[in-house]
Parts: sequence; structure tokens; C-alpha cells
Amino acid sequence: MKILVMGPGCPKCEQAEKTVREAVAEAGVQADIEKVKDFQEIAKYGIFSTPAVVIDGEVKVVGKAPSKKEVLGWLG
Amino acid sequence: MDELKMAPCGCQSKAPARPAAEKGVLRHLLVGAASLAVWFVLYGQLLPFSHWFTYSLLGLEQGGHLGAAIQFFVYDTPKVLMLLVLVVYAVGVLRSFVTVNWTRSVLAGRRESAGNVLAALLGVVTPFCSCSAVPLFIGFMTAGIPLGVTFSFLIAAPMVNEIALVLLYGLLGWKVAALYFATGILIAVVAGWVLGRLKLENHVEDWVREIRAGEAAQDGPMTWPRRFDYALDSVRDIVGRVWKFVVLGIAAGAAIHGYVPEGRLAVVMGGDAWWSVPLSVLMGIPMYTNAAGIIPVVEALLGKGAALGTVLAFMMSVIALSFPEMVILRKVLKPRLIAVFIAVVGAGILVVGYLFNAVI
Repeated sequence: MKILVMGPGCPKCEQAEKTVREAVAEAGVQADIEKVKDFQEIAKYGIFSTPAVVIDGEVKVVGKAPSKKEVLGWLG
Repeated sequence: MDELKMAPCGCQSKAPARPAAEKGVLRHLLVGAASLAVWFVLYGQLLPFSHWFTYSLLGLEQGGHLGAAIQFFVYDTPKVLMLLVLVVYAVGVLRSFVTVNWTRSVLAGRRESAGNVLAALLGVVTPFCSCSAVPLFIGFMTAGIPLGVTFSFLIAAPMVNEIALVLLYGLLGWKVAALYFATGILIAVVAGWVLGRLKLENHVEDWVREIRAGEAAQDGPMTWPRRFDYALDSVRDIVGRVWKFVVLGIAAGAAIHGYVPEGRLAVVMGGDAWWSVPLSVLMGIPMYTNAAGIIPVVEALLGKGAALGTVLAFMMSVIALSFPEMVILRKVLKPRLIAVFIAVVGAGILVVGYLFNAVI
């Protein structure tokens, strides 16, 4: 599973990344988590508001740091 | 708002059946109505409580410096915070409808002028934080939204927001709040329109103009219980973030109330000093605080003889032309365009400042 956390590095993006890492650890799944800061790369996914989370190419959330519960739902 | 693109598989949590969702709505409405009733009762008690607290419990004399300062603080802090909770919740429900993608699609294909007005108004309600300015700018550009229309959005979004309006309403009354709203939108519309006329498209950074964006990501389906949850989250997030500034700002305001002599500021910030407006705008640019911190101070300054136009200009300059936001915008705009942007918006604020000093 490949998870991309998109955001230029604002507090909310940090929070999104932390939540995703915690959720992955809690679910015990094997996932490759990558932080994407490149705007071109972010735009490619049609994301115009950050933070955003993309799992296996599918955009899960845009413009908001997800809760751990939400992330766990996507991982399941 | 867009958190809702849940994995299609319902294996983890049971897929919410329709009756459950309706029950959720009913429960939210009942709890909401009860909370609202409690809110109103409490709100009505704030003024008598502050008098009782200051003059009976603490036994301070009426009309004294310390008494005035404490009564102001004890009354205004809970009042503003309560208003903030109510309004942020209501705006949160509204915002669950207005996503950046939705705004982008509404503005796409609009002409200037009507587009500027719409962009300024949407700037007020679209959930937006300044760190998201670059992706948003790219999104607007790739949707073919004219540069000037994009600027109207980017000017209005920080300047006219629910926090500023709540604080102005709570501390200065609805007239000043309405005035601020109207002039803020006006500046965003006119400045955006002027910037559009100047044909500065080639001063957008080259990489932005060459960018290829994908199809806009889908916003997930939204249900009413989720809208309520979203609103509750935004109350937690926004009020949790700004309450410190409100308390600090009101404390500073209270100190000014109690201790700065009446009329002392008239010389510096009064309507007669012609240079006070430009000076306020210039001073405001490097200052960076949010509306929550600056407005209580502004209110206190007004009480001491500062002119409304000067103070409004100062406040708009602090919120709308902030140094950190320019640093963010610098990533997509060349220096010359940044300079023109500051000049045009600054000029708009200046005009508003003079106008109010002349009229009121």
C-alpha cells in the first residue's frame, strides 16, 4: 500500500502526516508513507487545497487533516 | 469537508443504514436546540454577572480605573467567545457545502466584474488557510479563472472572515461589522478588477503557467450528520486556536480602557491628522496577527479618540497584507506582481480609511 500525504509543510499538513503514521502503526498494515511537497505533483492529482491524503492513487481527503478514525477506515 | 471519500467496502464499519442517519440528524437537532437555549440564557446573564463580580464580589468602586478594566474583561471575554462558538458552528455547516473544488467550478468560465464580485463573496465562505494559497492559485489558474478574479478571492479570504465579523459585532456593534464587511468586499472586488486590467499574467511564475493539473479530485458524498460533525470540528479547531488571542487582546484592550486617558490618541490616530491613515497602513503590513488579537485593541483605541477610518485601515492592513502571506504568494508570483498587489490593495485600504474619517 502506498500512501501520499500532500502539503507544503503547514501545521495541518504535519498533523495529517502524524495521524496517518499513527493509524498505519495501529492497524499494523504494511504501508509506504511519503510526504509530497512539490506543487506540480500535488496538482497532478487534482488537489487544490491542502493537506490531502492519497492512498494507492485514490484521493481520500482534500483540504483537511483527517481524523485517525477516518484513516483507519481507509486502511481496513 | 471532503473527508468523506470512504473506501467503498463496508466491511469494517457497518454501512450506515438510512434510518440510522435520520436518527443522527434528529439527535443533532435536539441537542442543538437545547444548547442554543442554554446559550441564550447564559448570554443574557453576562452583563449583570460582570457588574456583580466587579462591584459586589470584588467590591471595587464604580467608575474607577481598575473596576472599569476588570468589568470590561469579565464581560467581553465570555461574550466574544460565546458569539464565536455560535457563529463558527453556523459557518461550519455552511462551509460543508462550499469546498475549494466547488468554488473553483463555480468561478471557472466567469467573466471579470461579475466574477470579481462572486470570487470576493466566495472568498468569505470557502474554507481556506493561507498555507493552501499556492495549490488554490494553481487550481484557479488551471481552471482558466482570470487572474484578477483569483486576486479578488485571495484578498477577501483573509480580510473578511467570520472571526473578524464576530469580534467587530461583539465589541463595536453591528454597524461597524456591516461596514467592515461591505468595504472589505468592495476592496477585494475593485483591487482584483484593477489587477486584472493591468494584464500581469506574464508576472506569474513560469512554472505555474506551464503546470498541468489533473481532473479535480472528487469531494466525497456529504450527509447531514457529517455536516454537523464537520461544524463541530471547526468550532474545536478555530475556537481552540484563537481563544488565547481573544483573551490576550481583550486583556490589552481592558488595560487601555482603564488606564489610557480619554482623547490621548486623538493626536496620533485621530481624524484630523492626514498622515495617520497611510501611517496605519504601513505599520500594519509587517505586523502579523489574526483578527482575534487585533480587534479588542482596536476597540479600545476607538474609545480613546482614534478615528474609525484610521483604525479600520490599520486593521485591514494587518489582516489582509501580511508578510508571511506574501512569502507564500511569492512562490507563484514574480516580485513585481507582489509589489503591484500590495500597492493596489494598500491604496484601496487607504481610500476606505480616508472615506470613513471624512464621513463619520
